[in-house]
Parts: sequence; C-alpha cells; structure tokens
Amino acid sequence: MTHNSYLEKTIRGLSAALSESLFTEHMAQKAGLLQSLDPRVRLAGSLFLVVATVACRKLAIVAGLFVVATLIALLSHVSLGVLIKRVWLAILLFTGIIAVPALFITPGRALLAGPSHFTISATGVRAAAMLIFRVETAATLTATLIFCTPWTQILKALRFLRMPTEVITILMMTHRYIFLLLETAQHMFESRQSRTVGVMPESERRKVVSRTAGVLMSKSIELSHEVYLAMLSRGFRGEVRLLTDFRLVARDYAALGLFFVMGFAALWIGR
Amino acid sequence: MHIPDGYLSPSTCTVLYAFTATAWYAALRRLKRVFAMRTIPTVSVFAAFSFIVMMFNVPLPGGTTGHPIGVTVAAIVLGPPGAILAVSIALAIQALLFGDGGITTLGANCFNMAIVGSLVAYGVYELIATGADISSRRRVIAAAIAGYVSINVCALFAAIEFGIQPALFHDAAGAPLYAPYPLRVAIPAMMIGHLTFAGLAEAAVSAGMVSYLQHADIGLLRGVGSRPVTELPVLESPRLSARLWWVVGLLMLCTPLGILATGTAWGEWSTKDLSARMQAAPAGLERLSSIWTAPFPGYAPSFIRSPLVGYFLSAMFAVGVFVLASLIAVSLGRRRVKTDKVLS
Repeated sequence: MTHNSYLEKTIRGLSAALSESLFTEHMAQKAGLLQSLDPRVRLAGSLFLVVATVACRKLAIVAGLFVVATLIALLSHVSLGVLIKRVWLAILLFTGIIAVPALFITPGRALLAGPSHFTISATGVRAAAMLIFRVETAATLTATLIFCTPWTQILKALRFLRMPTEVITILMMTHRYIFLLLETAQHMFESRQSRTVGVMPESERRKVVSRTAGVLMSKSIELSHEVYLAMLSRGFRGEVRLLTDFRLVARDYAALGLFFVMGFAALWIGR
Repeated sequence: MHIPDGYLSPSTCTVLYAFTATAWYAALRRLKRVFAMRTIPTVSVFAAFSFIVMMFNVPLPGGTTGHPIGVTVAAIVLGPPGAILAVSIALAIQALLFGDGGITTLGANCFNMAIVGSLVAYGVYELIATGADISSRRRVIAAAIAGYVSINVCALFAAIEFGIQPALFHDAAGAPLYAPYPLRVAIPAMMIGHLTFAGLAEAAVSAGMVSYLQHADIGLLRGVGSRPVTELPVLESPRLSARLWWVVGLLMLCTPLGILATGTAWGEWSTKDLSARMQAAPAGLERLSSIWTAPFPGYAPSFIRSPLVGYFLSAMFAVGVFVLASLIAVSLGRRRVKTDKVLS
C-alpha cells in the first residue's frame, strides 16, 4: 500500500459513484420491459416483489422469485454479465462470507460429518441458502429498478406513494448537489495528491481527510445559503409544487396486475 | 453497517420504519420551526455533504482505511433533528440510487445510523463539552469520543436487530429464516470491527473536523442557524395540530375495545397467572413484582367499579401525562433556540 493510497481510493470511489449514475442514465434509455412501463407501476410492482421476497418463508418460493427477478432484468436489457458483475458477485462475496459459518454452527441433523466443529447441518444449509437467495433476489429486483429508472422518475413515482412533497424536493435537491459536491471533493483530493511529495505521517494523512471534509462542509453551508437566496429570488414562499405528467395505459394496468398476482401468489404459497 | 434486504424480518422492518417515520416527522417539524423556509436547502445540501463524507477513506493504524458516517459532525453542527434528516436522506439515496442498503431495511438503517447515531453523538458531545469554550481542546476530544461511542452504539443496535432474528423467525425444523446468528454470535461479530476500525474512522474525522472548524469557520460550531440569511415570515397552519387532537380523542374513545379481549396478553402474566400455568411462580419474580405497584392496575383505578369508565379514565390520565411531558420538552427546546439566537 502506497502512502497516497487513501487519496487514490477516495478519488476512485468518487469517480465510481459518478460513473455508476451515468451507467443508470444509459440503461434507462434502452427499450426494455421495465423501461416501457409507467414509473409508478415499475416502482410499486418492484417494491411489492421485494416485500414478497422478504416475507416469504419457503426456500423454493424465494428461488422461484429469484428466477422471476432475473427474467425481469433480462427482459429489461440488463444483461447477465451486468447482473453477475454488479449485483450477484458483490452480494455473494458479502452475504456468502456471512452465511458460511451458519452451515457449521446451526444445530440440526448432520448432513456432512467433518472433524468435531466442522459438521455441516441440514438446518444450517437451509438457513444459509435462504439468506443468500433472499438477499440476491431482493438486490436483483432493486438493481433492475434502479438501472431502468432515472432518479427524477423514481421521485415522481414516490409522490404517487403519498410521500410528502417536501421530502421529495429534499431528495431531488440532494441528488443534484451530490454531483456538484462529488466533483468538488474529487478536485480537492486530486489537487492535494498532486501537491503531495514524499511520505506523510499517518496522523497528518488523517488531518488531510478531516480538513478536506471540513472545507467541504463550509462550502456546503455557503452553498445552501446561496441556493436559498436563489430560491427566494425565483418566488419561493415555502410551498412546493411538483408536476406529475404520468398517464397509465392498458399495458401498465396489465403489468401492475401481473406484479401483484406474482407477489400475492408468493406470499400465499410461501407463508 | 448498511443492512441489505433479507437480513431482517418484515415485522422487524415495520417496527423500525414506524419508529423512524415518527422521528422524521418530529425532526422536520422542529427544523421548520428553527430554519423556516431554509429547511429544504439546508437539509438537502447537508445530506449531499453527508453522502460524500461517507465515501472518504480515513487512514487507520495498521495501514488500513475506514469510512466515517459523518453523523457526529452533522449532530454537532445541525443538532440532532437536522442530523437525523440529513443522514437519513443520504442513506435513502444510497439505497434508492446506488443499491447500498436495502429498501425494506431503510427504516432500520436510518434508525441505527441517523437516529441512534446522532442522538448518542450529540448527547456524548454535549456531556463532555458543556461549559467548554468554543475553541477549547475539550471540544475536539468530546467530538472524538462522541464519534467513537456513537458508531459503536449504532453497531450494537444493528447487532441486536440481527441477533433477535433466529429466535423469533425460523421454520418448523428450526432453520433461521433471516440473519442466522443469535445475539451471542451477532454482537461480538459486529462489535469487533467497529470497536477496532469503524469507530476510529468516525472518531478521527469528527475530531479533525471540529479542530479545523475551530480554526477556520468557528461559527458553524455554534450551529448553522447562526448564519444571517434573508428570511421571509412564514405563517404556520394550526390545522394539523387540531387534526392530531381529534385523532387522540378518537383513540381515547376506542380504549374500551381492550375489554373485548379475553385472557392475558402473552408474556404480560402476573405472578397469579404464572402460578396458574406453572403451579408456582419463580421466587425471584414474586419478590420483584412487589417493588412497584401501578396506580391503575388493570387499567382501572380501585375506586371505579365500571371497567368502561376505568379505561376512559386511564386513557385520559395517560394522555395528560404525555401532553405534560411534551409541553415541558417543547418549552425546554424553545429556551435552547432562544439561547442559540442570542449567541449568534
């Protein structure tokens, strides 16, 4: 590890967030199944399937929902490669590691006998499989929704779910300023890196990060005052109105019905 | 600490969503009173800042790096209500836009990191820094300790949420349906990483930022509300509080519904109920049960014969106590706001 790796890691993380967002914008332009549906249907349908996945108590049904989630992703032009690379492997690495000890420590009938503490129990296998399938399925559904829906449409659809207008406005503005501050932070770290020669003591490196965060905070507060004054100058009086120009067509009603039938079926059979 | 979907049962998620939604509502109301029309831009930009700080890599002993949550500094600068909303919005965007943390578990994540985190951080910071000069070194140490303690308390709450899953939610054969480890495994597994690394990252960033602000932007440590900004008067509508009183009244009218239920709620047995079920109540329980005698046992004061009237009286008494406690809390809060304004 080089002495500047913390700067590089941060810069890489900030760039990755920017490129992730661009990737979503690119995916949302494709003509797939989810993209062709009304955003409210996409959001309500996907969220209901996520809830059904979490509430279902039978492994076979959760596995079935995993297949459904994968089919929805593929029909929405989210390729298998993208799913494997961006969703499944990341989840498998994290949840898989967490689930492995459950194979050995969950009490139950021995399935594979090993030396003393390394006996795999049938209950442990079921518990680990349930956790991994459940997390993978929910993540596939969420990732597909995120990949196929621009942020502005997710927010407008949230309004349909009766989320207060003020909260939606805050989410909308936060999203906008995240990119401005991301770029500012990236520039600050890049300029710091270009000015750093030699090895800095660890405590100094920590100071660099916290001072950068401090400068960013001061800038953010100044920015919030400027934004407020800009809002005032445009006639803001404390009330927020959002334009909602969505219209449901027959295809949307059919898709919504299908989502709910699948979700309720999973909940009923997997109860 | 971002819990993904599938680790917590729907009922755990619902309970935590309910807690979190109540805190969001209270925080938004409080912020509107302090910041008025500035609430939206202040929370939005600070949430964006919180989101980005969570991506910073802090160098830690041993050559590793860790991510702070930034909840401590948010609580110090914005106060707990602002921190609760800003960190929650950052977590919501992480879940909805970047898939980091689940959607069903968003309530739990906000509860652990935004609510518990900011309240603990603020409490510890105030406890240590009260009376210290704004530029004193004690404030830097207070921020470090507040950061370390708050992250570890957040982790402990997450561990408890994980740890109760296998006992409460398992299939007929005993296989856990959600997070598979009991408390005795979940707590040490979560705490080791946070006591050693994650807590240090938050402590280092909190202390470093407070130290930086003491030198470069000391006004922020007195609270964001201290900055002068053109403000237009906003009239608050009284309709909502009137509506709330109607709801409270309606709920009070519904209280006799409890009479319809037969038997005793599971786990709420008295020593008599337990004796009937187990032949004899445990001796320790019998001893402890006599320590406190409720003023209205069984929701009926001893001087009232009718259970219906007893239920109404109990409900009115309880609502009265809560309203009194709320009024005291509000008056204390108002005094605090006035002090902040004088300081500015």
